[in-house]
Amino acid sequence: MMGSATGRHRFLPGKWVFYFLCASIFTFLVLPVFVIIPISFSAAKFLQFPPRSFSLQWYADYFGSRNWIYATIKSFQVGILTMIVATVLGTLASFAIVRGDFRGKRLVYGLLLSPLIIPVIITSVAAYYFFARLHLVGTVWALVLAHTALAIPFVVVNVTATLQGFDITLERAALSLGANRLVTFIKVTFPLIWPGIVSGSLFAFITSFDEVVVAMFLCGSKPTLPKQMWDGIRIAINPTISAVASLLIAFSVLLLLSLHFLTRRTERIRGAG
Amino acid sequence: MGTSREPTQYGWAFLLPSVILLGLVFFYPIVVFLSKTFLDPGPTLKNVIDLFRTDVYLKVLWITFRISFTVTVVCVLLGYPIAYLLCEVSEGTRNLLMIMVIIPFWTSLLVRTYAWMVLLGRRGVFNSILMSLGILHSPARLLHNSFAVNVGMIQMMTPFMVLAMYSVMKGIDRGLPRAAESLGANKFQAFIRVFLPLSLPGVGAGSLLVFIYSLGFFITPALLGGRKSIMISMVIEQQVSTLLRWGFASALALLLLAATLVFFLIYSRFFKIEQL
Repeated sequence: MMGSATGRHRFLPGKWVFYFLCASIFTFLVLPVFVIIPISFSAAKFLQFPPRSFSLQWYADYFGSRNWIYATIKSFQVGILTMIVATVLGTLASFAIVRGDFRGKRLVYGLLLSPLIIPVIITSVAAYYFFARLHLVGTVWALVLAHTALAIPFVVVNVTATLQGFDITLERAALSLGANRLVTFIKVTFPLIWPGIVSGSLFAFITSFDEVVVAMFLCGSKPTLPKQMWDGIRIAINPTISAVASLLIAFSVLLLLSLHFLTRRTERIRGAG
Repeated sequence: MGTSREPTQYGWAFLLPSVILLGLVFFYPIVVFLSKTFLDPGPTLKNVIDLFRTDVYLKVLWITFRISFTVTVVCVLLGYPIAYLLCEVSEGTRNLLMIMVIIPFWTSLLVRTYAWMVLLGRRGVFNSILMSLGILHSPARLLHNSFAVNVGMIQMMTPFMVLAMYSVMKGIDRGLPRAAESLGANKFQAFIRVFLPLSLPGVGAGSLLVFIYSLGFFITPALLGGRKSIMISMVIEQQVSTLLRWGFASALALLLLAATLVFFLIYSRFFKIEQL
């Protein structure tokens, strides 16, 4: 008894040291995200922390600038198209991976995920060379196709995970009750797996929306939002970027919340299955 | 009826669209680009020889490895306590703490890199705080050096490390360290001799992932680094964009890809790639 009591006592300061250490690490992790937001509301003419007075000047700058707004529209355009193409292709591939039975399946699966591994600078330079020869650099489709390659792995990972948790006897039941394959898919399979497909598509969207290295090479003269930010940061730190960065953080958090909600839903479905 | 009433076996046809797209806009361009190592300007080994003859590029390779290694080690040191804490706390607290890991993870690299520039710049947050406290009299040079690159990359990669370690740690049977304690080990011994060895697969998976991703990092070193912290991906970009030396850029890319694949093969030997 005494031994365990002193043991616990001796560990008490250690515990607080540990908590302090963890608190410092968490601060380090969230600091960059949370320091940008107050700065973006600063009324000073340069970046100032902590801001002494507040204004919306940098937000006004952003919303009043044709360049920033065009870049935002282009990013949404490319992001949404990428999302659609990657989701359709990745979902089809996931069905073949989970339900198919053929040789070389693991190899194909590895190939589908390989854009995650290959350094993006190599992907970008290679895509640049390829699309330049086809005179497609600067077009939306060059960006969409290159981004789709990067986004497919995320769709495949999300959808295969959902499909692996799917109880196939439900389809068997529908088929045995006379539904044809299309009806079975629409009425049974899809309602159960859609959260996985939608989270895959959100990943696909954000992959494209945040992507900058491919965009550096393929955008041509009309940049996407991250490319415009990149140019702005490289030339001079323009405080408008702090407003753009804050808006991007807010947007990411919004997507993250939707994703969280969808994951919970998938887990419930898997739990029920 | 003739048709079987079994759930559909999805065949190759479902894979084709993805395989064709990736083949056309991903694999084929990469092969063409990498083949330039030996084909640009004509059939040649000059690009490879150049790579090993000028020690500048070997130095860049060395810097790339050094930064990636430092980042990996520090990420382990920072990630381990966090992953451990996540296993210890109640579910409510864990969800809250998880948010603090996932929000930075989910925020774009460019936004976070920009934030580090704001924090570390000459008139940045750290310098103004240190100066207003009277600790510094003139701003310290915190940006555009390998310190800044390391700090930035560590912050980008720690969430990866935490998630990889946590996925292993949460599967460790909590009864085992407790059993060690009931047999007379103190908390520290129970941790070192029981929990730590069981958590090592997570450390291994996380480290390999962080190292692999660090080798190819571009945005963060390009914006935070100085002349002494040039990483290989930055040289590839420079060779293509400003010098138009495609053959040489290709040789560098081949080297980067080879290094990445070697470490990835080690990773896939021990861990499933789904965990990426």
